[in-house]
Amino acid sequence: MNSEAPSLLSGASLGMIRGERVLFRSVSLSVCPGEALLLRGANGAGKTTLLRILAGLTRAEAGDVRRASAHHWVGHREGLKPTETPRAHLKLWAQAWGAQTGIDPVLGRMGLTRPADVAGRDLSAGQRRRTALARLLLEHRPVWLLDEPYTALDADGRALVDALIAEHRAKGGAVIAALHGEAGFPGSTDLTL
Amino acid sequence: MWSYFANPHKFLRLSDWLAPAFYAVGTLCIAWGLWQGLWVVPKDEYQGGDIMRVMFIHVPAAWLAMASYSALAVASFIWFVWRHELADIAAKSIAPLGAVWTAICLATGSIWGKPTWGTWWQWNDARMMSVLFLFFLFLGYMALRASMDTRQKAARAGAILAMVGAINVPLIKFSVDMVESIHQGASVITADGPKMAAVYLTPLLISALGHSLFFGGLVMTSMRTEIRERRIARLRAASLEGG
Amino acid sequence: MSGAPLLAAFRQSLGEAWAGGAGALLPLGFLGGTAVLVPLGIGTDAATLKAVGPGILWVALALASLVTLERIFQADAEDGTLDLWLQAGAPVSALAAAKTLAHWLSAGLPLALFSPVLALMFQAEASPALLVNAGLYALGSLAFFFWGGVGAALSATVRRGGLLISLIALPLYVPTAVFGALAMSGGPGSTGAPLFLAASTLFACAVAPYAMSAALRLAAD
Repeated sequence: MNSEAPSLLSGASLGMIRGERVLFRSVSLSVCPGEALLLRGANGAGKTTLLRILAGLTRAEAGDVRRASAHHWVGHREGLKPTETPRAHLKLWAQAWGAQTGIDPVLGRMGLTRPADVAGRDLSAGQRRRTALARLLLEHRPVWLLDEPYTALDADGRALVDALIAEHRAKGGAVIAALHGEAGFPGSTDLTL
Repeated sequence: MWSYFANPHKFLRLSDWLAPAFYAVGTLCIAWGLWQGLWVVPKDEYQGGDIMRVMFIHVPAAWLAMASYSALAVASFIWFVWRHELADIAAKSIAPLGAVWTAICLATGSIWGKPTWGTWWQWNDARMMSVLFLFFLFLGYMALRASMDTRQKAARAGAILAMVGAINVPLIKFSVDMVESIHQGASVITADGPKMAAVYLTPLLISALGHSLFFGGLVMTSMRTEIRERRIARLRAASLEGG
Repeated sequence: MSGAPLLAAFRQSLGEAWAGGAGALLPLGFLGGTAVLVPLGIGTDAATLKAVGPGILWVALALASLVTLERIFQADAEDGTLDLWLQAGAPVSALAAAKTLAHWLSAGLPLALFSPVLALMFQAEASPALLVNAGLYALGSLAFFFWGGVGAALSATVRRGGLLISLIALPLYVPTAVFGALAMSGGPGSTGAPLFLAASTLFACAVAPYAMSAALRLAAD
């Protein structure tokens, strides 16, 4: 988009091996404020692994990751305990991160007001996903790393994700998402593994 | 020096002749030691009569039990710090062999203990207990490696456990020593060691050398197999991707 | 670094340990059950029971720690919480220590506090010494939980990890079991043993978190 802008997160010639299989090699990427990068590829191509490498969860076999700013992580697994309610979940992470945002507006925005006090094990898959995505709103962090953000969401939920991402990018944030079939976001770049 | 040994090709070339040499010299040493121990040296009534001849297997096995765990810990440390794959291959190869020699040490010790101490198992004996826990450390190491789904994870998990075990060994030894010192004189005889007669010492040292060489040869053979297995797995993965 | 992530991790683990429905009752029931089996197995002779009582409690405590620790990190790895904690900005070793401490508080400490009751059932005299012993059990079980935590972290991604934890943790439990039993033996060596017990527990608390941290990073990888 704008080559003058400083990169928020970049990876240089990343390579990864699982067992004896080469998942990918010499992948380089970079996101600047306002950009969205979509990781594409068939099942097992290494989208999730690349995302985890960018998040610092997995160590790449080769290459470097440079993180110039804080990031949010919404993975395939929501990080919600079976006994945890959406409200308790957001409260816990707001506490852990020292975020000052009110919980109720976030719950309202994510359409979680009604199930706010239902335990995780009784939530639908879509509601759990919304709870995980709600963490994005607790605190502004420039980079969002999202693994299949649309999974289990209804049409309403998908529209909500699009809106959140658009707002985030308008505020100068960047998004890197692993996506399978979906069309993508306006003005996004694709990276196929 | 490490980078020299870290090269699998150089290792394969070196071990190609070194492993057979270790087997040959090791076998000779063990055979000579056994011949001396079983037929030549006089028996020691204080150590239980003829049964003390088991010493020529027991003591080398005890030495190897400790040496092999130390080697495992060192190899794990090298892998953890420098990520030389060969160090991981060495650690993986050492563990089952170390466990076997540790088991030999326990079994022969028990057989020696029955006529001399009057019991198959002496709970107060610090050496017996230490070796037993060493055996468990080996078992845990192998079980952990086996339960990991990729070789990289097996290497990492194994290295962490081997190092945790290694820093605990002194404490374990200290605690069982304390039990022994408190129950001293109950039935334990501590007689081998520096005051042993030279007539025993020489065959013992030669036996220990023989066992060490033989052990080293087995480790090398096992490492060669592992290197080739990994190479096969890599080639197979590459051919799958190409096809 | 602020303490907020550590406090949150501690609270979450505490909540999780209690949320099973039974809280500390479950490990207590386990301890009681294990201890009660012993007289049935070895006979009810009062002198024998009095002699083996303290040791049985150490064994039961070790087993209880293994049973409760099985899920401590495994659940986190399965539901994705581990990924979040690893990115929480706090040292992973401190987080692991906070979580282990929470589990010790909800399973280890109650067992130690309950030990005088079981000791009485094992024919011990009712005396203040039983309370001292409860303190020793508390101290020793802390080491059990930290070393057990290393086993739990290493086998976080392993199915049926409980068996593996036992095998890994057993040799690491030795010093605690030895010093603990010595301290309660009343024989020679029992005066210095509590200090050694404290030292080995401190050692566990100092070293185990780093091993747990390395193991948890592996579990997330």
